[in-house]
Amino acid sequence: MSASAEAVPATAAARSTSPSALRFEGVSKRFSTGTLALDAIDLTVDAGEFVSVVGPSGCGKSTLLRLASGLSQATAGAVVTGDVRVSYVFQDPTLLPWRTVLGNVELVGELAKLPRSERREKALRIIKLVGLEGFERQRPGQLSGGMQMRVSLARALLLDPGLFLFDEPFGALDEMTRERLGDELQQLFHSRRFAGLFITHSVAEAVFLSTRVVVMSARPGQIVADVEIPFDYPRSTELRFTPEFAKMTGVVSAALRRKGKGELT
Amino acid sequence: MSLSLTKAFRTAGSTPAKGPGVLAGAPRLVRLAIPPFVTLAVILGIWLTITYVILAPERRFLMPPPHEIAKVGFLDPANRAQMLSALLLSTQVAMVGLVIATVIGVSVAVVMSQARAIERALYPYAVVLQTIPILALVPLIGFWFEFGFTSRVIVCVLIALFPLIANTLFGLQSVDAAHHDLFTLHGASRWERLVKLQFPAALPALFTGLRIAAGLSVIGAVVGDMFFMQGQPGIGTLLDLYRSRLQSEQLFAAIFLSSLLGIVVFSAFGLLGRLVVGSWSTFGGGSGRER
Repeated sequence: MSASAEAVPATAAARSTSPSALRFEGVSKRFSTGTLALDAIDLTVDAGEFVSVVGPSGCGKSTLLRLASGLSQATAGAVVTGDVRVSYVFQDPTLLPWRTVLGNVELVGELAKLPRSERREKALRIIKLVGLEGFERQRPGQLSGGMQMRVSLARALLLDPGLFLFDEPFGALDEMTRERLGDELQQLFHSRRFAGLFITHSVAEAVFLSTRVVVMSARPGQIVADVEIPFDYPRSTELRFTPEFAKMTGVVSAALRRKGKGELT
Repeated sequence: MSLSLTKAFRTAGSTPAKGPGVLAGAPRLVRLAIPPFVTLAVILGIWLTITYVILAPERRFLMPPPHEIAKVGFLDPANRAQMLSALLLSTQVAMVGLVIATVIGVSVAVVMSQARAIERALYPYAVVLQTIPILALVPLIGFWFEFGFTSRVIVCVLIALFPLIANTLFGLQSVDAAHHDLFTLHGASRWERLVKLQFPAALPALFTGLRIAAGLSVIGAVVGDMFFMQGQPGIGTLLDLYRSRLQSEQLFAAIFLSSLLGIVVFSAFGLLGRLVVGSWSTFGGGSGRER
């Protein structure tokens, strides 16, 4: 909390009046097939909070994100997003193969009707920020999976969103790339303090990135644990090897094991 | 060195090298050129055997030797001029037909992609168009549009239309759900979605359709020539004329030129496709995803 000195009071003030970036109020989702995917979810993500959601496969984690983004509508309850711009980072990089790295990052600026010079200048700056300087003119097919995901992150950052929705963005990457991108995402969060909702299968990734980790049960998805992660930002990559970190992952894993399976039988 | 040779060999679009063979030590050009050359030599050998050994002299017109075809068909100035001007006309017919078919086909596919109801209303008839033997329609087209250039072009359009509609529509609908979500999340209009997402995504399929349609359009032009004998002769007109006069050297030369036209058109549109989308797609077996 030592860095970004002027940002902290603002965040604190924002929190006291609770303009949450995202709020689920008793949200249920039943698919047209009749399956109840989510059951009475209450979840709040405040500005400056990074919340990860872990849970067994098919527990409705991704449905949660689709509801938050408005791609899908709740069958009961309300999804309230604050007065912030929302960015969505998909499971796959979801880049347009015919566009260059620069063109892909600029795309959302085009759709948001930003003037050409402004979106170009912003895109170049953000491409540099995610470490892809020199690759602006390459096409996605020429990049590795990790680099493609950086382009996807850069695209999501272009419009300075107040709320980030991440749908298991690093799931398809190898372990080392995954950790490195985790380190960098955590630094981005530290410097920009957006609100984040991050879906993942990896308990370690969730604990490393988040201010809170929410554990969901198997279908119908319900929130069964909400664990505060006390570590200060920026977090060093070595944090992953400390006993405190192991203890937190233990807590989350235990909740996952207990509720993810046990109560169903 | 040998590795880069293998790679060059592969990216040339030929059969991958299958380990050391009879030509292993030879330069690349020789290795590429010799096998098809051998095939050609065998074919010519069979041809000459049929002409001189199997056929009696009075029946030799059924399969004239290649050098006679070259002499009469291509080296005789009058015959050559007649065939080349006919070939030019048929090329024009095929290309005008192809352009019209492309404009109609892509437009119809775009319209179909915008509403399921329109697709359901039109697609069955596009399929019907594909299943009617176009040849059966040719006399009717002659009734309606006379027996000249217009009718020949219409035959080309009809025969080339379906692959353009089907491939373009397939391309427009092949867009990933996640890409659609991205555009939805950023409030893209229908037009932006079409122009910035669906149409570029459809280009490789569109070019595949265009290449097929180009070949079909040449067939359409040759067939049209045979039915519509008014006006200047096309290469198909000459084919029929030479057949009726038993001028087999000219007939073979005209067949050769028609085939050449088909090959040139097919290759040209393949090349065009690679130029436009080859850098990011695997169109035509190109190595779009490699460095």
